Amino acid sequence: MAHDVVLTGYGLLCAAGETPEAWWRALSSSDPLHACVDSETYKPFHVYPIVDYDLTAQVPKKGDQRAMGPMMQYGAYACGLALEAAGIKGDEELLGRIELIGAAGGGERDWEVDANVLDLLEREAEPGAELNRMLSDDLRPTLFLAQLPNLFGGNISIVHGVAGATRTFMGEESAGMDAFRVAFERARAGQGELFLVGAAFNANRPDLHVMYDGGGLLLTEPLTPVWDRPDAGICLGSAGAFFVLETADHAAARGVRPLAKVKAVASDRCRRAPGAAAENAWRQLDAVWSELRGGALAVMSGACGSGALAREEHELLTRLVDSGVDCAVRGTAAALGHTVEASFLANTVLGVSCLERGTVFPPMAASDPLEQRMADGNIEQVLVTGWGAFRGEGMALLEVAD
Amino acid sequence: MAGNGESGGPVAITGMGVITPLGEGKGENWEKLTSGVSGIHRITRFPIENLRTTIAGSVDFLDLDPVTPPSLSLELARRAAEEATEESGIFETDGARDFPGELFVAAPPIEHDWPSRRTLSHLPSHAPDSPYVTKRDNRLSNVAGRELLIEFINGTLADRLADEFGTKGSPITLTTACASGATAIQLGVEAIRRGDCPAALCIGTDGSIQEETLIRFSLLSALSTANEVPGKAAKPFSKNRDGFVMAEGAAAMVLEHPEHAKARGATILGYVLGVGEAADTFHRTRSNPNGQAIIRCMTGAIEDAGLKPDDVHYVNCHGTGTPENDKMECFGFEHVFGAHSKTMPVSSNKSMIGHTLTAAGAVEAAFTVMTIRDGVMPPTINYEIPDPALDLDVVPNEKRAAAVEFALSNSFGFGGQNVSLLFGAAEA
Repeated sequence: MAHDVVLTGYGLLCAAGETPEAWWRALSSSDPLHACVDSETYKPFHVYPIVDYDLTAQVPKKGDQRAMGPMMQYGAYACGLALEAAGIKGDEELLGRIELIGAAGGGERDWEVDANVLDLLEREAEPGAELNRMLSDDLRPTLFLAQLPNLFGGNISIVHGVAGATRTFMGEESAGMDAFRVAFERARAGQGELFLVGAAFNANRPDLHVMYDGGGLLLTEPLTPVWDRPDAGICLGSAGAFFVLETADHAAARGVRPLAKVKAVASDRCRRAPGAAAENAWRQLDAVWSELRGGALAVMSGACGSGALAREEHELLTRLVDSGVDCAVRGTAAALGHTVEASFLANTVLGVSCLERGTVFPPMAASDPLEQRMADGNIEQVLVTGWGAFRGEGMALLEVAD
Repeated sequence: MAGNGESGGPVAITGMGVITPLGEGKGENWEKLTSGVSGIHRITRFPIENLRTTIAGSVDFLDLDPVTPPSLSLELARRAAEEATEESGIFETDGARDFPGELFVAAPPIEHDWPSRRTLSHLPSHAPDSPYVTKRDNRLSNVAGRELLIEFINGTLADRLADEFGTKGSPITLTTACASGATAIQLGVEAIRRGDCPAALCIGTDGSIQEETLIRFSLLSALSTANEVPGKAAKPFSKNRDGFVMAEGAAAMVLEHPEHAKARGATILGYVLGVGEAADTFHRTRSNPNGQAIIRCMTGAIEDAGLKPDDVHYVNCHGTGTPENDKMECFGFEHVFGAHSKTMPVSSNKSMIGHTLTAAGAVEAAFTVMTIRDGVMPPTINYEIPDPALDLDVVPNEKRAAAVEFALSNSFGFGGQNVSLLFGAAEA
């Protein structure tokens, strides 16, 4: 028997803040593209840094704070918010069996050590022995732990007492989509009742910008909405995004009101021949067609900003509108940056927030026909889309709780 | 949650592939493993001056140049998966490989090794000045930059395997540290049990021995420094054990719904009967002295299989040879198995192979199934000075023949995730 699946708490720490009021304020501002951006620190790149926040509120112990890099701190913080919202924080019985499926990259670096090593490699033809000495003397043991992605989950276990399980998925955007999908499938099939799903990404890393720019992905031109950028069109953003997912029966039994229903979560991949990603996405839509209620559908798009890919998604969503689905599309990366592993889950949280308010925030792209529509007060369903920069297409269909 | 409730049940294993420092393929590995041969040797991949540990179980017999963590991890995974899929006979024709199920890959977190990082810093980058931009060399093409991105992001390895083996759906790359290989199998078991796919290709791979990875583990005081005689360094459950030895390798398993395997006439090698997992909330590198997480984990696997502790004939230990792990694992055995723990044989493959880290859970799962099939328990070698505090039958130094119907394989990770897999024999 398939179980109904619901979301009962969320947390999102991002460039727009950590509360729904803050996100909506930024997303509804007169110039959402520039409301949260930092175009100076990594000039000519644009970056969406995390807001000032008080880590101590969710991670009180100094030792725990030091054991994590920024990415893990964002995750642990957002996780705490989600647990609190779902009424689970500090509940040992529930924490003893809640299962975490997270998505994270890792690899936080010590910039100073790296600078010395790269300098050595430039100077010495045979740097081996000196490299070993330098790394042995200068690397901090705690940095290694902050670099291991499995400690994304591990740290959350320690900080919040999550003891059921902690599995961390890797693999950029797909990791976030798959974390949500696997938790959903397991809950639906009765392989578990209570899950934490989350991810985090830290954009404040000079090494990442060199790497993504080397791959021809970063926007160096002035900001525009995600739909009409060049292939080098991504602006990275920091975020930690988490939610609590459980069976409807489990939520009811512990007397918690669901924030949203999860009707479907799908993820897939293809070789990215032109049109192949859209074909995957259309197949996923087709599978949930009968679930669409016919009312206004808010679409939280995972378009990362890379030109050809964004245009492919735009065509697909246009096809959806042409098929009679009343869509209000929002390319949120234009306001919050592309948050890679966290992108799909951050958009899920924003989607739940839309369902709670019954409406959607204003367009990021005022002149775009897909974004133009302002659905006012009648949003009952949200489609979250995920389109990885290199691979991975996913979607989730959320619905207003009863 | 330990059990899998309403959708549990046995999952068939129809193909396995293994590659470790002992060699390539199940045949060579099993021959050496049961003969007590060590795969640990002096490191030659990079200079060893100024290192506290100069030994490892690196896989150096493949023709790869350069050896980078992603290129070696991919090659190891590919070879293990080829052996496993060939044994399973799951590809119907000699043509396109079309695997009828999902792919789960436990892979090491990918980071640039130093030569790659140096090349990256030479790219004609748009990035502002930083330690990561040492030159802006316009002779380097955009192709180089793109390769340095794609090769070194975490999703690429599984994506390539998905293409090569024709698996279905979104391939999952995961890490639960030293439990990763077992988690990959667990995810496959769960997907088959809930009817998402009739088969799963589950792989654990790790080819990440580089200066920096070695030094990082060294700085955590996790590695043996008994460098003099490499083959003697890994000594799980011994009184003088002083850490694990890093190693590389991969293992793959083809898992199938038993009806799917039987319908196509496949030979079933054994079954995954139960899976248990638990997270420790105590510390990043140490387990809670109350042993609660590993006890829940082993108990969960046994219960999920519908068995009692006394039914377990043998345990393939996590057995890293660190003072901490072996003590806690023994403590866990005493609590889960009671008096049975004093006589039940348990052994550590890591005494010969070293710790293949991300791959270990899969490698040792494959050897556990071979133990059941062959009725031979590989030894724990280098067991010369028993630790009197660990009252266990570790199958010391020599293999042992014994009928094994049910066996447990333990994988306990840094960062607290623990997984135990319970394997059972195929029908006679």
